[in-house]
Amino acid sequence: MNANSFVSIYDVSKEKIIELLESAKRFEENPNQDLLHGKIVATLFFEPSTRTRLSFETAVNRLGGRVIGFSDASTTSSSKGETLKDTITMVSGYADLIIMRHYLDGAARYASEISSIPIINAGDGSNQHPSQTMLDLYSIFKTQGTLENLNICMVGDLKYGRTVHSLLMALSKFNPTFRFVAPEELKMPLEYKIFCDNNNINYSEHTDLMEVIDEADILYMTRVQRERFIDLMEYEKVKNCYILKNKMLDHTKENLKVLHPLPRVNEIESDVDSNPKAYYFQQARNGVFARQAIICDVLGIK
Amino acid sequence: MNKKELLVAGLQNGTVIDHIPSDQLFKVVSMLKLDTLSNPITIGNNLMSKKSGTKGIIKVTDKYFEKNEIDRVALIAPHAKLNRIANYEVVEKKELELPDELIDIVKCANPKCISNKEPMASRFDVIDKKNIVVKCHYCEKALHKDDIVLL
Ligand SMILES: [Zn+2]
Repeated sequence: MNANSFVSIYDVSKEKIIELLESAKRFEENPNQDLLHGKIVATLFFEPSTRTRLSFETAVNRLGGRVIGFSDASTTSSSKGETLKDTITMVSGYADLIIMRHYLDGAARYASEISSIPIINAGDGSNQHPSQTMLDLYSIFKTQGTLENLNICMVGDLKYGRTVHSLLMALSKFNPTFRFVAPEELKMPLEYKIFCDNNNINYSEHTDLMEVIDEADILYMTRVQRERFIDLMEYEKVKNCYILKNKMLDHTKENLKVLHPLPRVNEIESDVDSNPKAYYFQQARNGVFARQAIICDVLGIK
Repeated sequence: MNKKELLVAGLQNGTVIDHIPSDQLFKVVSMLKLDTLSNPITIGNNLMSKKSGTKGIIKVTDKYFEKNEIDRVALIAPHAKLNRIANYEVVEKKELELPDELIDIVKCANPKCISNKEPMASRFDVIDKKNIVVKCHYCEKALHKDDIVLL
């Protein structure tokens, strides 16, 4: 087992979050640093995710490391019935770091208990995607200058969206005010509201975005997916309520930034893209710096 | 015969599990696989209890249970009392308590959890001992008392 793995955002302390954000900032100022010279990083994608893989591999390449791995489990021995344990044991004999994505919940935690080298979780099923959370935090930190005392408005699918749950848990360390905007079917699950209650975190729930948009510092949009609805009539009724249009931003705060984990489908209209408050494309770019920071941290490189 | 004598009556060495809720008694019996033992066993149920309506009691001669077995019982009868008897004396008496961690005892209810797919032990953290809520160490999903299925 390797104690330095980066598996769940719940394991990461407030101090560590700040340390990683400051490190990401230094990588943004100076992205090409030969800190991984001579090191081999394995990217094991048991489930394809081109976006996440490219971001991690860019991070490794900018740090001067080399990459081995696979981008789809159907091309590997796991499709021949090899256990995850055997794959991880084998690869940890080859590489210095494993970055893995897996379709099963908890796969990265289990791998970290087997592996002799650090594991970075690049998404385990519907459970965690902690590097996404770090890039969200970095985007917020960068645009607001702080993570403390912000008004965070989360919009769309708050029930199944793991990115909003992880972001909520991470931001809860920084005295936020949350506004949850979702249709009845996709409301924030009770356990997260109980968590907010227990930790004295101010939150409220809404179905109309216009009620709360003007007080927000961050507007975190997510996709409302058709397949989440049992009743398709309901979907037709609510789908357009959670689409952001440029004119909805008219009276919002100067410092507001619109974030979205991407890919978007139709939940942000393209006329928003040229608004200086739109930040989702820069947000994706920030992912490389956040991942450089995580990689160096798990390898103990200062 | 006083109460203490009743508890150990006829039992020179062994285990008494007392204050088992009546509706859980036979689950405890099967959980401890008492049907496979040849030791003398006394089982009582629907006995009057000062604390909570009726209770069940199990006495097993010449048998001391492992921690792993007792942790399983604690999940379904968290307030039962465990007495270890040696030479007609109660040498240890304790209320069952859930440990902080349950290894290879609970089955994760999440079909997409790695613990259901790999040949590995399940692992749960007990996050609420009073209401019996456990959380999978791997997929991080919580299970409430009534949803807990044992391996
Ligand atoms: Zn699980």
